[in-house]
Amino acid sequence: MSPGQLAPTPHDPDERGHFGPWGGRYMPEALIAAVDELAAFYEKARIDPEFLDEFFRLLRDYAGRPSLLTEAPKFAAHAGGARVFLKREDLNHTGSHKINNVLGQALLTKRMGKQRVIAETGAGQHGVATATACALMGLDCVIYMGEVDTERQALNVARMRLLGAEVIPVKTGSRTLKDAINEALRDWVANVDDTHYLLGTAAGPHPFPVLVRDFHRVIGIEARAQVLEQAGRLPDVVAACVGGGSNAIGIFHGFIDDPSVRLVGLEPGGDGIDTDRHGATLTVGTPGSLHGAMSYVMQDEDGQITEAHSISAGLDYPGVGPEHAHLKDTGRAEYRPVTDAEAMEAFALLSRTEGIIPAIESAHALAGALVLGRELGPEGLIVVNLSGRGDKDMDTAIKWFGLGVES
Amino acid sequence: MSRLAGVFDACRSESRAALIGYLPAGYPTLEGSKDVLRTMVSSGCDLVEVGLPYSDPVMDGPTIQKASEQALRGGFRVRDLFGVVESVAALGGRAVVMTYWNPVLKYGVDAFARDLAAAGGLGLITPDLVPDEAAEWLEASEAHDLDRIFLVAPSSTEERIDLTARSSRGFLYATSVMGVTGARDVVSSAAPALVERVREHTDLPVAVGLGVRSGAQAAELAAFADGVIVGSAFVTAVRDDTVAALTAELAEGVRQVPSRA
Repeated sequence: MSPGQLAPTPHDPDERGHFGPWGGRYMPEALIAAVDELAAFYEKARIDPEFLDEFFRLLRDYAGRPSLLTEAPKFAAHAGGARVFLKREDLNHTGSHKINNVLGQALLTKRMGKQRVIAETGAGQHGVATATACALMGLDCVIYMGEVDTERQALNVARMRLLGAEVIPVKTGSRTLKDAINEALRDWVANVDDTHYLLGTAAGPHPFPVLVRDFHRVIGIEARAQVLEQAGRLPDVVAACVGGGSNAIGIFHGFIDDPSVRLVGLEPGGDGIDTDRHGATLTVGTPGSLHGAMSYVMQDEDGQITEAHSISAGLDYPGVGPEHAHLKDTGRAEYRPVTDAEAMEAFALLSRTEGIIPAIESAHALAGALVLGRELGPEGLIVVNLSGRGDKDMDTAIKWFGLGVES
Repeated sequence: MSRLAGVFDACRSESRAALIGYLPAGYPTLEGSKDVLRTMVSSGCDLVEVGLPYSDPVMDGPTIQKASEQALRGGFRVRDLFGVVESVAALGGRAVVMTYWNPVLKYGVDAFARDLAAAGGLGLITPDLVPDEAAEWLEASEAHDLDRIFLVAPSSTEERIDLTARSSRGFLYATSVMGVTGARDVVSSAAPALVERVREHTDLPVAVGLGVRSGAQAAELAAFADGVIVGSAFVTAVRDDTVAALTAELAEGVRQVPSRA
């Protein structure tokens, strides 16, 4: 929680939200006034000591920050002997990094004088975090969730309802995250006067990619200080999973000005990128506009958005945040696909070797670390962003590994 | 010079508003959409908007979403759009295309403009492209002499109405309510105020859409707007096989109340 966490950086986009050719605002005019208002409030808030105090107090006293940096030596033995440290976002209140962003945006919602919050969710992590912040701050909360996801993440649906949120299953399109975002945007345009759209990832129209990134920069700021203290040096690699890309952009920014540190994003490779069932947007996607920004997207030759496929509901998204597109182009970050099978292997491995059950999303980063560790060898040092815990993924694990009780 | 000025001039000379009807290409089928558009033109639409079915129509309510999904499931391809536009032009009708931006980006902005113009299309309505991001389209539309119809909303500031008006050619599309497409029972009270605000910035014709489904509503809008846009109600009429009757009712509606001279 450094005072400069939200301060403008040399990596900020231009005033209309462009990171190079990416980002901007590809969205209906009806919503421009709302994003302009949000941008104006955020520009004031990000340098306002009172806002920062309140935000940091919530991160510390409510979310439980700073989160730990835990070395994982027995897991690392499978990673070519490189040292592996885990940034424990799974230990935050609500069980993932998502709480950082929702606390920041819920505070902004209050500042804007709005009483109603809507959000989309894929795995349910962002929905749960949003419902939590709304309960804490007395805001009305509506969560849009693809019907497919409500089925595979039933536990999170129950959590959100318990927290007082209304959960609306979205039955249009592919009935997953992208359709939940479409539906939230339709709600927003009809209710924009009293409603804030609390977007859950570092994508969407300006200022969301900057604002969400900044609220998550705490991850990288903490991790950098912790690894210097515990290992005495900077890591060779920082690895994080990338769906929309919020946890990755948050930890990457802590190291972005350290040229010796490679930033590696791990994308959902599904059944493999040589099949049509994956969500590796940066690896095989092409430029396009989706949900308000220009970025890489998964689309067919007509520009129709195609369905992503991943065992992880939280990475199952055919777009990606525009700053990641920019980091890919400039070469500052690199992106690799991880298949469902590789992720599930890492999911089981961390559980057994370290007693930590990761979210399947985060297991993609762990699988990447296994490969990167072997590439680096025993002298290597990797920080993995363990973006969430895996309790929510037990149904998937039961099916994948056959863990059910035998009758 | 605008390609659509003639339409609005003619309507003004008759002291009425223009009737603008929307239908997604490929709905209910590719050939079926050409038939429906022919009926719309022959029964009284002064201009038709041919919609390009898209996978993620964030500005559309359930009626148009379902129609777009049906068209895509039926195998609709972007290249089929130009044949539909051509079928309208061949009948002497006037067509613009309404499309989300990503399919145009993917097709190539200049190539799309070229092929639309070649098919006899007169312009493009872009619900999720604001002038701020439209440099390539401004250039392509000039090169291929197409009208550019951007949208304004009740939430638009004066500054943005001004920017949008300066960037537009043909007419301005005023969304009468804050919301997605779909027929509504009452015409929004925000519409007259929005049109009035727009007129302080431009002499371009202003057409009003979102929520219109009856002749009475059309008449209400025609009292202050230069064009009345009807979408979802036509999609529903296709299902009910009442397109000719709906068009006639709306055409009568836009003639009931003299529009501003």
